[in-house]
Amino acid sequence: MLNSQSPLLHVRSLSKQYGPSCSSCARLTGPEQGTNICPECGGVVACWEVSFNLFPGEVLGIVGESGSGKSTILRCLNLDEPPTTGEAFHSGVEKGKTNLFTLSSQRKRLIQSSLLGIVYQSPHLGLNLDFSAGANVAERLLIQNNTPEYRRIRKRTSSLLNKVQMPVKRIDELSGAFSGGMQQRVQLAKALAPRPMLLLLDEPTSGLDVSVQASVLDLIASLQRKTGVSMLVVSHDLGVIRLLTHRTLVMKMGRVVERGLTDQILEDPQHPYTQELVASVL
Amino acid sequence: MKRKTKRLYNNPNGCLLSVENLEKTFCLHLLKGIRVEAVQSLSFQLQQGEFGVLVGPSGAGKTTVLKCIYRTYLPTGGTIRYQCSDNSIVDLATCSEQMVLEIRKTEIAHVTQFLRCAPRVPAEEVVAYPRMTQGISQKEAVEEARELLQRFAIPEKLWQAYPITFSGGEQQRINLARAIVQRPRLLLLDEPTASLDGRAIERFLAALESIRKKGTTCLGIFHNQDMVRSLATQVIEVRPLNGVYIDRAEITHFRQVS
Amino acid sequence: MAERLQALLGQKGNCRHYTFAYLDESAKREIRRRTLKAVAIPGHQIPFASREIPIARGWGTGGLQLTMSLIGPEDVLKVIDQGCDGSVNAVNLRRLATLTTGCRTTTRTSDATLIQTRHRIPETPLTRGQIIIFQVPYPEILRFVEPRETVTRRMHAEGAYHRMWTFLYENVVQWGRITIGFRYPVMVHGRYLMDPSPIPRWDIPKLDQSPALMLFGAGREKRIYAVPPFTKVEPLAFKDIPFEVEHQAGARCSRCGAADVFLDEIPDEESGRIRWVCSDTDYCDQRLAARGESHRA
Repeated sequence: MLNSQSPLLHVRSLSKQYGPSCSSCARLTGPEQGTNICPECGGVVACWEVSFNLFPGEVLGIVGESGSGKSTILRCLNLDEPPTTGEAFHSGVEKGKTNLFTLSSQRKRLIQSSLLGIVYQSPHLGLNLDFSAGANVAERLLIQNNTPEYRRIRKRTSSLLNKVQMPVKRIDELSGAFSGGMQQRVQLAKALAPRPMLLLLDEPTSGLDVSVQASVLDLIASLQRKTGVSMLVVSHDLGVIRLLTHRTLVMKMGRVVERGLTDQILEDPQHPYTQELVASVL
Repeated sequence: MKRKTKRLYNNPNGCLLSVENLEKTFCLHLLKGIRVEAVQSLSFQLQQGEFGVLVGPSGAGKTTVLKCIYRTYLPTGGTIRYQCSDNSIVDLATCSEQMVLEIRKTEIAHVTQFLRCAPRVPAEEVVAYPRMTQGISQKEAVEEARELLQRFAIPEKLWQAYPITFSGGEQQRINLARAIVQRPRLLLLDEPTASLDGRAIERFLAALESIRKKGTTCLGIFHNQDMVRSLATQVIEVRPLNGVYIDRAEITHFRQVS
Repeated sequence: MAERLQALLGQKGNCRHYTFAYLDESAKREIRRRTLKAVAIPGHQIPFASREIPIARGWGTGGLQLTMSLIGPEDVLKVIDQGCDGSVNAVNLRRLATLTTGCRTTTRTSDATLIQTRHRIPETPLTRGQIIIFQVPYPEILRFVEPRETVTRRMHAEGAYHRMWTFLYENVVQWGRITIGFRYPVMVHGRYLMDPSPIPRWDIPKLDQSPALMLFGAGREKRIYAVPPFTKVEPLAFKDIPFEVEHQAGARCSRCGAADVFLDEIPDEESGRIRWVCSDTDYCDQRLAARGESHRA
């Protein structure tokens, strides 16, 4: 009965390195060595041999400080940039039998526009600030559509922006004119437009005012509850992790140092770094 | 660790929950690796429909036991065999996270000492949510939630309010309601009546009784001796380890406040 | 053929001093090869090495290089600028052509084998065997939405035109209709999005399934692209907002009375009133001639 589900996303040995590389990079970097930069060749090991599963309807958190590699993983999984090595399998793509990273850029773009959604920390990465909020959301809907119907797209755009609590009369305003919290909401609506199976969130509320943070997080949590979409949430904030996620990976210097159920990680952390993180909550 | 049990069956089969030599030791790396042994070699069994009560002095590790079963703590030794509704047996101490999440969704519910729920979520949604994760539509789940809230005498005008604004007693009733709504097979209760008064306790016990009649097994921590006597079919005594008695307050300082 | 060429070159005084059609043979060969590739991939921009010719960049060098590579002694050339055979540029281009080729030229669309045009398609329907060569200032239609060449190339390669659709969507949101007047984006053969050069919307329907070969040359930007005869060319439009051409109710050409052609709007300097005149001068002349004949008859 229980647990005969196969994962929605299966990531195996994902590694990303920038700059030069040598045979000692892996050995000379990491949490024990306390650095991402290889002392021999100067290459940056952003993340190394990260593996995990994400199941349908579940929210997985990745927590870590800067340099942990968490954002790199997200960018690779959104097919924005290729990893150095590693594989990722998505159950919606050829029943999880094909490594996403080996697909053609055209197929990657199709997958990006139908099976994935991403909310970046910084709105300028996720939105075209010269277009209106509605146009930004419409752009995702227009990717696969060869003979679009204006009124239908407008309706869907309006309903999506409505879901993220955007007032109707502001839909046609330029995205660049919105506040940070509003821009994140537009990103959310844009990400959810094609009803993706997997939503990637990269520090979705960092940098926002506290009250705005709370309302955006609540929105994300309630959307997850209502739609059951699977999410991968990257954050350095344990409060966000506690609010949103079921399971968590703790990363340091590009490696996963601990993984487990979120409540267990927060109440019974095993790894010294995790204990330090948990103890550092204000 | 002594145990007083009524052993109905000798073998784990037929038992809903079989805890064997449970051990939980905390290693505080931030204190240069001090090891705190909270629970050592605890064993007991619970049959389906039983009401087990953990007794012992404060700090003895009773909450730890419940948390180990619910996997909020990672046991460091022993096994916690649980019989699922499909008769398969899992060891909650070592099974996969996926399994634990699934079991928490449909089989085991944990009523903690204090209500901890997502902030800024209306009470009726807090109670409805566990039912929604079981696949029930939001509309139906909210209806069931409202029914329970009514049974627990939470006034209707509070159904849309945030539980954090409620009194301790009301919060605890929400806590129990959301555990009950998911129709668990095993209910873990951590001093659930500590902040309740006479009438609230009565209602609470009445609710407990009704779900017990439906076959739910319970394992709880209660301080009130009368309650223990009236509820328990089995009393499990948990004693602190010889000579090593760590004040709970000290432990909580170095990890997330429960 | 060679004798005819000789005879032609011998006729006008200066022909002796130029290679036929001004460009050297290897230049012509390169341009022809690029053109063949362009024809093989309808709507796709092919880069080519744009030569130095005695006209400044931005004045039709692309179109001219195509004309010069394709023109032969038997060809009849028509050159128009905004529909007019008599504008200064058209006249000069024609003069260069006759100077270096000795070919016949015409103003009648139906008599031409090669038509070089700046920003208009003649009203007289084109026929099989004709080639129309467009002068293109900006070959990249996606420049509206993306300034970087590296990115637009990738967009074409992947058929990723959603940003153009978003641009059109924004247009409708802001103005209720699509407001692009010239350079209306068209989808060629269902694959490549193409800039049809700054022809008015009026001319866009003429691109679809045309019996003529349509070539586009951008000399400054160094691109050639083509639409072979009988190719599907569709303007981008939403299903529920169909493509519209310009129209002005009641406007008629003040010379010939035509109402169903593209008209130029000319304000009368003294009275300030608007006068409409056919943009296609040859078409206007033909109509007048026909009316004159019928009157005479």
